[in-house]
Amino acid sequence: MRVGGAARLRRDTVALAIVSVLYVALASLVHNSYYQLILTLVPIWAVVGLGWNLFSGMSGLVSFGHASFFGIGAYTVTLALVYWHLTPWLGIPLGMIIGGIAAVLIGLPTFRLRGHYFALAMLAYPLAMLYVLQYLGFQEIPLPMHREHPALFLQFAQPFYSTLVAMGLFIAAMVAAMLVENSRFGLALLAIKQNELAAEAAGLDTKRWKMLALTASGAISAAAGGLYACVLLVVTPDSVFGVIVSAQALVVTLFGGVATVWGPVIGAAVLIPLAETLNARLGDIVPGIQGVIYGVAIIGIMLAAPEGLFWTLRDRFWRRAPAPEVIEERASSLAVLVKEGTLLEVSGLSKSFGGLRAVQDVCFSVAGGEILGIIGPNGAGKTTLFNLLNGVLPADAGSARFDGRELRGLKVHEVARLGVGRTFQVVRSFPRLSLLDNVIVGGYGAGLGDRAAAAAAEAALEAVGLGDRAARPAGELTNKELRLMELARALAGRPRLLLLDETLAGLGREECDDLLAVLRELRAAGMTIVIIEHTMHAMLRLADRFLVLDHGAVLAEGLPKDVVEDRAVIEAYLGTKFLAQHHNSADLHA
Amino acid sequence: MGGLLENVLNAVAAGLIIGCLYGLMCIGLGLIFGIMNVVNFAQGELLMLGMYVSLYLVSGFAAIGFLGPYAAPFVAALIAGPVLFGGGALLHRFLLRHVSGLSTASRLDQGGFGQLIVTLGISLILQNGGLILFGSTPASVRTPLSAKAFIIGPFAGDTMLFLNQARVYACVVAIVIAVALWLVMERTRLGKSLRAAADNPIAATYMGIDVDRAYRIAFGLGSAITAIAGGLMATYLSFTPFVGLDYVIIMYSGVVLGGMGSILGAFWGGLLVGFVQQVSALVLSPQLQNAAIFVVFLLIVGLRPQGLFGRSAERA
Repeated sequence: MRVGGAARLRRDTVALAIVSVLYVALASLVHNSYYQLILTLVPIWAVVGLGWNLFSGMSGLVSFGHASFFGIGAYTVTLALVYWHLTPWLGIPLGMIIGGIAAVLIGLPTFRLRGHYFALAMLAYPLAMLYVLQYLGFQEIPLPMHREHPALFLQFAQPFYSTLVAMGLFIAAMVAAMLVENSRFGLALLAIKQNELAAEAAGLDTKRWKMLALTASGAISAAAGGLYACVLLVVTPDSVFGVIVSAQALVVTLFGGVATVWGPVIGAAVLIPLAETLNARLGDIVPGIQGVIYGVAIIGIMLAAPEGLFWTLRDRFWRRAPAPEVIEERASSLAVLVKEGTLLEVSGLSKSFGGLRAVQDVCFSVAGGEILGIIGPNGAGKTTLFNLLNGVLPADAGSARFDGRELRGLKVHEVARLGVGRTFQVVRSFPRLSLLDNVIVGGYGAGLGDRAAAAAAEAALEAVGLGDRAARPAGELTNKELRLMELARALAGRPRLLLLDETLAGLGREECDDLLAVLRELRAAGMTIVIIEHTMHAMLRLADRFLVLDHGAVLAEGLPKDVVEDRAVIEAYLGTKFLAQHHNSADLHA
Repeated sequence: MGGLLENVLNAVAAGLIIGCLYGLMCIGLGLIFGIMNVVNFAQGELLMLGMYVSLYLVSGFAAIGFLGPYAAPFVAALIAGPVLFGGGALLHRFLLRHVSGLSTASRLDQGGFGQLIVTLGISLILQNGGLILFGSTPASVRTPLSAKAFIIGPFAGDTMLFLNQARVYACVVAIVIAVALWLVMERTRLGKSLRAAADNPIAATYMGIDVDRAYRIAFGLGSAITAIAGGLMATYLSFTPFVGLDYVIIMYSGVVLGGMGSILGAFWGGLLVGFVQQVSALVLSPQLQNAAIFVVFLLIVGLRPQGLFGRSAERA
């Protein structure tokens, strides 16, 4: 349980109990079997949406292929019933297991893809399964009837009981989703959604979390598929593996609101009855009109509430700051023991992209407790150097030893766990999460427990001067505060070395001063810092030593005043104009 | 032995010819996907509309009947382009503009979720609207060319190559349009501003490019190109308002294979998909042909995640 999660979990559990009781009471009043069927389908599609939301909504990796899991569940239950007379009570768990395994097999190759490529590759799996099932001759399989054991085979004479079973599955899925949402698992997924690279740099093994999420999501969707087959009593490849199923999973979730357990519930509760009623009322009179109205409806609501009904309504009617949670365990302090001598030793580090030698034979060392400033013109290879150091890119040659350990060959999160923190040029936050939650991710990355991570995050926020704003949503922050927040996130992982990539970019003079003060305090507390920066006047006041890169190679290294007077540096980086202005200018911008 | 060789050669020829049409279809989607970074689920319906516009031009109103049964279907396909350009531009102006481009560039998911819903909605409306307007009876654009074949050979014994004339002419038109579009994108100011808007919409704004207009043109152009491909394909296959479902997947396979943001890549991707589909017919049953496309798709994307012609442009 993550800090701050308990209160929400309690609130959501009460809401879930109330909604469930009301829904079952409503269902018990409905005697028309067609309307009862709609009432059974609503929770089933809500479960599919919950499954989709758990993976795609939380992690931001959109899947167009959740029909794979839905279909696997449906076909497992059906075929097990046909060939082995297996009751759905065992068939559905079996389907969940197979769905989970399928998720691992699908995830292994597909997680290599990013963004839209991932989404579209996911589309291919259910369709391939669909065609294979058609080829194998499983076109249309009716479920064998076992009316003599209605409870055992979920073939009730009273459709109300099907609704009860569906509600049972729905409640189980809701509880699972709520637990995930309020745990470090959920926070890790949200961190991946914000910025996968930053999450890795904070020490999270993102691949593992994504795989776990897809597996859980696949199992949940498979359960829904299995029950769907029992309710409709017939499966066809198109009805369970079709694009429509995948689309439905994301439509109900997006309509209701992403990354909240209530999104799929709201979406399913509004859209499923709407679609079914339109089908029944208008489908016979003018075939197609129901699809047109449904399409107009989802577009209309999406344009009016782009983030889904839940978030839009909440923002309008129920916006308040979350109550700050008291964290008992205080971090001792962020002070680190200054390591005597060399902390980071880089030698011969090189990287080429095709013909471009982005970083060539770079050698330098960083002593414990110093601030090394890396400067150089655009395209000099500064960010690439950082990417080599913390494992975002593999180096072609050379070595980088951190406190005696070779960094080359380590994954991003492994480098982070050794104690190398990093910030990025582009700051991305999760605007709806509190500042504290945004920063806690760094603590989880370092392998801290829930309480310890929260305490480390608080201490980090304190250290950067945002301690009093820990409970505010990150969406309210100014640019400077966002930079500080990212710095805090790196600090929460208790690093011994900080790699800062243009932390001062885009800040005004005074904001810049504030950040410099924070960085100096960190150094006083024993932190070792390597910083990339364009703003020369800031660098002159901050760095103990300069490293100048040009065309990927080290051009000069030494004390700031020596480097600034080095003619080669002046020409390469500062330009010849600098020579003219040099004597009367203390305020230079690169 | 001669029979096998003949089958293989005919399948290869059919694969290349159909592949060129798929290639053109994919370029339309590739433009929208590559420039606007929007996953457009309604692209299959744009293809379908291209088919029906072409059909009504030829037979419905007989507006271009004077051109005769040979030329009319091809002219109709070309006219479907500008018609759907207007349609696409309107769709962008009233719907997509709100969920893409500058209005969502600063959002965490860049409006991606909203785009999905909106394009899915458009797809539903067009499909079902098509059902209401056009009915569900399969239709096709009749031309005597569909029943004629160019026969090459016999060579190497009794081997003969049969090339359906409608497909061959459609293929030639497709290649001409693809090349013309490529020239527009590479050589003209319009093409450059479209590509600039694709690379970085906010920076392009600073450079004085009207990104909103660029996206509108891109969406219109993408719709037009796919519609022309639809019009051309209508000369040799029968279709219903739901035909888009079959092809949207093929289009996405082609575009992802070719690599996003590359006009040529989308064409080659589409060509490859058509080729695999036709040649796999030699050994696989019809149901498994499309499964074969996905297997090839997953293999290539697994080996080259950025697609055959795409470049990896991720930056930390």
